[in-house]
Amino acid sequence: MIYTLCFYLFAIITVLSAFMVISSRNPVHSVLYLILAFFNSAGLFVLLGAEFIAMIMVIVYVGAVAVLFMFVVMMLDIDFSELRRGFQKYLLIGGLIGLVLLAELALVGMGWGLGGPVTTDPATAIPALGTVTNTAALGSLLYTRYIFLFQMAGMILLVAMIGAIVLTHRKRPGVKKQNINKQVMRRRHEAYEIVKVKPGQGLG
Amino acid sequence: MADLLVEFFQWGFGVTLVPWLATLLGIVVGVLVIALPLLLAVAMSVYMDRKVWAGMQMRRGPNVVGPWGLMQSFADGLKLFLKETIIPASANKFIFLLAPALTFLLALVAWAVVPFDAGVVLSDINVGILYLFAISSLGVYGIILSGWASNSRYAFLGALRSAAQMVSYEVSIGFVLVTVLMTAGSLNLSDIVMAQKGQWFLFSPLLPMAVVFFISALAETNRPPFDLPEAEAEIVAGYQVEYSSMAFALFFLGEYANIILMCAMVSILFLGGWLPPLDWAPLYIIPGWIWFFGKIFVMFFLFAWVKATVPRYRYDQLMRLGWKVFLPLSLFWVVLTGALLLFTGKIPV
Repeated sequence: MIYTLCFYLFAIITVLSAFMVISSRNPVHSVLYLILAFFNSAGLFVLLGAEFIAMIMVIVYVGAVAVLFMFVVMMLDIDFSELRRGFQKYLLIGGLIGLVLLAELALVGMGWGLGGPVTTDPATAIPALGTVTNTAALGSLLYTRYIFLFQMAGMILLVAMIGAIVLTHRKRPGVKKQNINKQVMRRRHEAYEIVKVKPGQGLG
Repeated sequence: MADLLVEFFQWGFGVTLVPWLATLLGIVVGVLVIALPLLLAVAMSVYMDRKVWAGMQMRRGPNVVGPWGLMQSFADGLKLFLKETIIPASANKFIFLLAPALTFLLALVAWAVVPFDAGVVLSDINVGILYLFAISSLGVYGIILSGWASNSRYAFLGALRSAAQMVSYEVSIGFVLVTVLMTAGSLNLSDIVMAQKGQWFLFSPLLPMAVVFFISALAETNRPPFDLPEAEAEIVAGYQVEYSSMAFALFFLGEYANIILMCAMVSILFLGGWLPPLDWAPLYIIPGWIWFFGKIFVMFFLFAWVKATVPRYRYDQLMRLGWKVFLPLSLFWVVLTGALLLFTGKIPV
């Protein structure tokens, strides 16, 4: 009973807040609704017994990705009239894309209903959920059978990251930078010298 | 807890509780048993903090309200409670008030998975360490939201600094957690504590990670020397400059509850939680929760000590420490720990 109640609670809030993400006027509010949607989908994962994915969802999406969204959105200088003026212009093409997506969704939904039960075996048997935690089950699958795909995904992300850094990195002349190594390696004789100054003559 | 409540109601009122009601009541009672003493602990830790700084600066510290000034925090709390709540005219009202409540709430919910003794934990979940990490990574929202909603330059600057700082140090905290959970072989906090029986992780090759974790914890909780988000000398108090009365008090309470939580995390991850330092029978006469609270106390003293003695970091130094020192070090240590576990055949199954 509580399980069903929780499911409907999470599901309804997820859908509502997902709707609010696209319909709210203020972008910061949109990001906040997005966070709410993430949270409730994490709740749905917990209900499914996938606690690892639920926690990773919160850590990665809410704790990192949404923080960056927020960071960018907060700095925007929003002109609402500017935003609304484009609405008419993009209505047609936006509506078309929306229709295509809707059709695809409907097709997927129908295929689900019409295709009958899945008969092919899953790629690898996972151990019964009662015997290991699902973190262990996921780990033993990811790091053995799917290690190549897993590492590949990591590599692609790494390349993308380095690419982004290389593209945006520029050397500006005249910037003063602290070189900690240089400071620490400095010796006394490089820093100053003692000069005996004769009275009345100065250093010359 | 639920069975106990069923028995209690049977004995006291002669009514049998429905199982789901008993579970619900059990959780509520558990929450109260943790949250109320926590609030008291927060009040006392503020007092202790001030006394420690005072001692290190050869002052007396709070000594007027109550015996030895013990009631000082309560007097401060009462004063804050009686002040007027000021909401700036151009602030986003809802988010402005949401931010301190969120900070406080997050500081409290994290305690749900903290084990105080063997089996004494509100929710003994499989992924306890991830839960703690998730909750502590949400702490940044309270600060960002308050900075944005205040519609003030100082608050916004503080929020930006804080967001960048917390995101940077979370990365190395994440890697430190990975080394610990590889060594313990579990994500469950009780299992992590039990894996340290006889040898704390502090006295193992994880020692440098304990240091990294402690320093990152200082940065995560915005404590000196990493208190740039507040930086009262430059941006007057950063994200909390527009707050008054209870809204400010919630930030304050949340901050200290987070500090105590970080102390508890260090104790659990590296100081063996409720376990005594040696696996020696007479030491087990002292109850586990006393060991645990003692460790939290010592860690809190360290936090206060650092605040009293270390000057504030410059912003670029802070970023350098996080990204160029801690991140490579902790990443290297993940690989090293894995290799050590593999070659010594100590991989926990």
